[in-house]
Amino acid sequence: MSGSRLAVEALSAISLRDGNRPILRRVSLAVDTGEVHGLVGESGAGKSTIARAILGIIPSQVKITGGRIGFEGRDLLTLSPKELRAVLGRDIALVPQDPSTALNPARRIDALMTDGLRLKRGLSMKDARLRAHALLDEVQIRDPERVLGSYPHQLSGGMRQRVLIAAAFGLEPKLVIADEPTTALDVTVQKQILRLIRALQERHGTSVLFVSHDLGAVAKICDRLTVLYMGKVMEQGATAEVLAAPRHPYTRALLAANPRYDRPDTGLEPTPPEVIAALRAEIAAFDVSSEAPPDG
Amino acid sequence: MLLAVVVNRMAVALLTLAGVAVVVFVLLRVVPGDPIAMMISPGASAADIAALKAHYGLDAPLLTQFWIWTKGVVAGDFGTSITLHVYVTEVLASRLPATLELAISALVVAIALGGGVAVAGTLLRRTAGETVIDGLNSILLAVPDFIWALALVLLFAVAIPVLPLTGRIDPALAEGFATKFYLAESILTGRLAVAGNILSHMTMPTLALALPLAAVIVRLLKQSLKEAMVQDYVLLARIKGFRELRLVLQEALRNAVGPTLALTGVQFTFLIGGTVIVERIFAYPGIGNLAIDAVINRDFPLIQGLVLLFGLIFILINIGVDLTVATLNPRLRHA
Amino acid sequence: MEHWSATLATSTTDTGPQPPSVAARLAGDPKVVCGGGFILFLIIIAIAAPLVAPQDPLAQNLLMATVPPAGFAEAEPGYLLGTDGLGRDVLSRVILGARVSLTVAFVAAGLACLIGSLLGLLAGFLGDRADAVISRLVDIWMAFPPVLLSILLVAVLGAGLHSVIIAIVVIDWTRFCRVVRIETMAQSQMDYVAAARTIGFSRPAILFREILPNVVPVLIALLTLEMGIAVVVEAILSFVGLSVSSDTPTWGGMIAEGRQIVHEGWWVLAAPLVALFATVVAFNQLGDGLARSLDPVLRR
Repeated sequence: MSGSRLAVEALSAISLRDGNRPILRRVSLAVDTGEVHGLVGESGAGKSTIARAILGIIPSQVKITGGRIGFEGRDLLTLSPKELRAVLGRDIALVPQDPSTALNPARRIDALMTDGLRLKRGLSMKDARLRAHALLDEVQIRDPERVLGSYPHQLSGGMRQRVLIAAAFGLEPKLVIADEPTTALDVTVQKQILRLIRALQERHGTSVLFVSHDLGAVAKICDRLTVLYMGKVMEQGATAEVLAAPRHPYTRALLAANPRYDRPDTGLEPTPPEVIAALRAEIAAFDVSSEAPPDG
Repeated sequence: MLLAVVVNRMAVALLTLAGVAVVVFVLLRVVPGDPIAMMISPGASAADIAALKAHYGLDAPLLTQFWIWTKGVVAGDFGTSITLHVYVTEVLASRLPATLELAISALVVAIALGGGVAVAGTLLRRTAGETVIDGLNSILLAVPDFIWALALVLLFAVAIPVLPLTGRIDPALAEGFATKFYLAESILTGRLAVAGNILSHMTMPTLALALPLAAVIVRLLKQSLKEAMVQDYVLLARIKGFRELRLVLQEALRNAVGPTLALTGVQFTFLIGGTVIVERIFAYPGIGNLAIDAVINRDFPLIQGLVLLFGLIFILINIGVDLTVATLNPRLRHA
Repeated sequence: MEHWSATLATSTTDTGPQPPSVAARLAGDPKVVCGGGFILFLIIIAIAAPLVAPQDPLAQNLLMATVPPAGFAEAEPGYLLGTDGLGRDVLSRVILGARVSLTVAFVAAGLACLIGSLLGLLAGFLGDRADAVISRLVDIWMAFPPVLLSILLVAVLGAGLHSVIIAIVVIDWTRFCRVVRIETMAQSQMDYVAAARTIGFSRPAILFREILPNVVPVLIALLTLEMGIAVVVEAILSFVGLSVSSDTPTWGGMIAEGRQIVHEGWWVLAAPLVALFATVVAFNQLGDGLARSLDPVLRR
């Protein structure tokens, strides 16, 4: 089975606070079934706006002006809050960026892991706890019982992220959105977490939208990727192809700015000024309003 | 760890209580006016007065009186009430249950009401509903129990006369109780008609005491809840597809409740203090009402006993609050 | 931040974008305007009471007892809010009652503020021994139920306005002491205090010239709130019969009388109760508004 699991089509958005500045300019991307799709760009490129739009948690100062988000034959943007709640958790889950703030400090891990299973999957308390135990096993947590009985502050950052990954995949969603899941972690832990996400994704056949500014991480786990700059898609394609022969100057600049594991002496070069100037000119010429639907 | 804190707090509390005792004891005796003057008939001779004074031990030097009283207190004897002619401990024991039932009912009502409105306000945040709640609450915050009590009298005893104005229970029903905890006992023994009668008597004083506290709870808890609702863990729960009410109750409430709980403890002591005037207004037979009579009659032993009792209640509440806050915060518990 | 008093003076030589002056901010705050406006109105009424009152507030007329307010059946012209059980005009008594309430509000709250602040400044600034003694004293004080303590004090001192004022001061100085102590401690840590020390200012000079002006905004707000509390305490003591003698009208005294005849004449209770309610809310709103308007000068 294949085909698009998630299809973002011509998504446009503006910032109401910032003089209606466009933050997404007709962005289209498709996440296929069973694929890990990288969404790459520097901060402010619009990555998290896309992720938030999919999850229905757009901040009040951002307004979607056009496009659709197709999921399972429906447009997520047009769902009522109730319909969206039914989809979230059951079909779409999130692995958040910062594991230190994403776990409720007042609740034990077992409560945090079983509430979704009980409410969204209809499991009994006992079954949900068994399932949580198995899930923690799956994310290679050594002493699941101890962890289940712990509060978040008793766990390390890496452990917390494992718990969050287990909770996200545990609901057997069709799509997992991983929002910079490694940025808050130590470099050594980052690799383990990446491997873990890839392993779980393959085992469960889940589609993953992997949001990151780290091309190195994206190269490791993504099948395909979309490069975003100032709210516009710069490049899209299979990871290996894009990284081997970046067609767009911005991708080349991004590649140059990323530390290369194979060439440790290079990397972290700033984006060349001429590239930035060219990009700005290109984007300035790009008139969002003319492309937005008439009454978007 | 926690035990050490409690022991330390207890020590400080006992010291404070001793201070309270000394202050009251001295205050009562250094200023003019004594109980004898309040009880004798105008024509009594100087010899009669002296005899009465000797009878109540009021003729001894201050230090001796204090020594005798302290020895008694340590042994559990607070002396005899000059006006009621019974042991102070007996009077207090018979009156305290009424006040405890009233104060605890008021606390429960305040928490339910304040918590409910705070949660509602959180659910309604950024809507006109929140503006209404905030505006109303900022006015209600200023209204003390005294004003509430009398406003309730106007409302429920005059405008819509549905509630009894005074007392704790219809005298005809006040028979056959094994304890003085009338409300608790009547509920536990299934005498629901009696319980209903008691509740109808308690409604106004309870509301008068509860409403000021409820207003405080609304303001503080709503503030904390709103802060908690924008935390990442609430966002993640929202993405699990949980409903707004569940987000507030399951995710935000437990993290937000700490400061409110601490303040509620302090406010509960104010509530207990408020029973003095509220019981007076509704002629409710508790220790507050008793205290006003004791003061007006200069009933020294009774006043001393009452003040120590109030002080003890305050201290117990403070310790209870500290323990509850510590228990609810997992970080403190495991520290 | 600097001294807020500098901002109060309109002729500052500062250049750059000037934040709105304190006066402007106060005038723009609805809580300050409404609360302050009502208090001002009340002060004027209280001072002019004999001129404003439509009737002699003490004149009894048993033939005119418990006449209902205007607009109700059997109302009598000239008695807008009706009469009490002795036929005295309720409106006139409410107006005259404002005098006692406001006197207690200003004198008692002012004195409590003065004493509490001084002790708080000392505790916060001297620290160590002085702080320990004063803090313990505050703790002991707080272990009393305030209403009980005030009744106890007034009973001991004898009924009367002086006793009421003394009782309020004796009880509520702790409110000021606690807040001022904490504020002073915080201010003492600030760089400008260290700077004043290095220049060689004496300790009293630092306390009164450097620290006190920065504590004043908090104090003003607290003082206003305390006035509201004092009005209620006076009413409670009058209600219990321990305030001024019964021939001087007080709201609390009227409330006590009204409570007795509530079924015959609810207005005797309602009128002073509404006056008390409005005054307390006004003081509170004013205090809230002042805290909001004065605070940013200090901190932001």
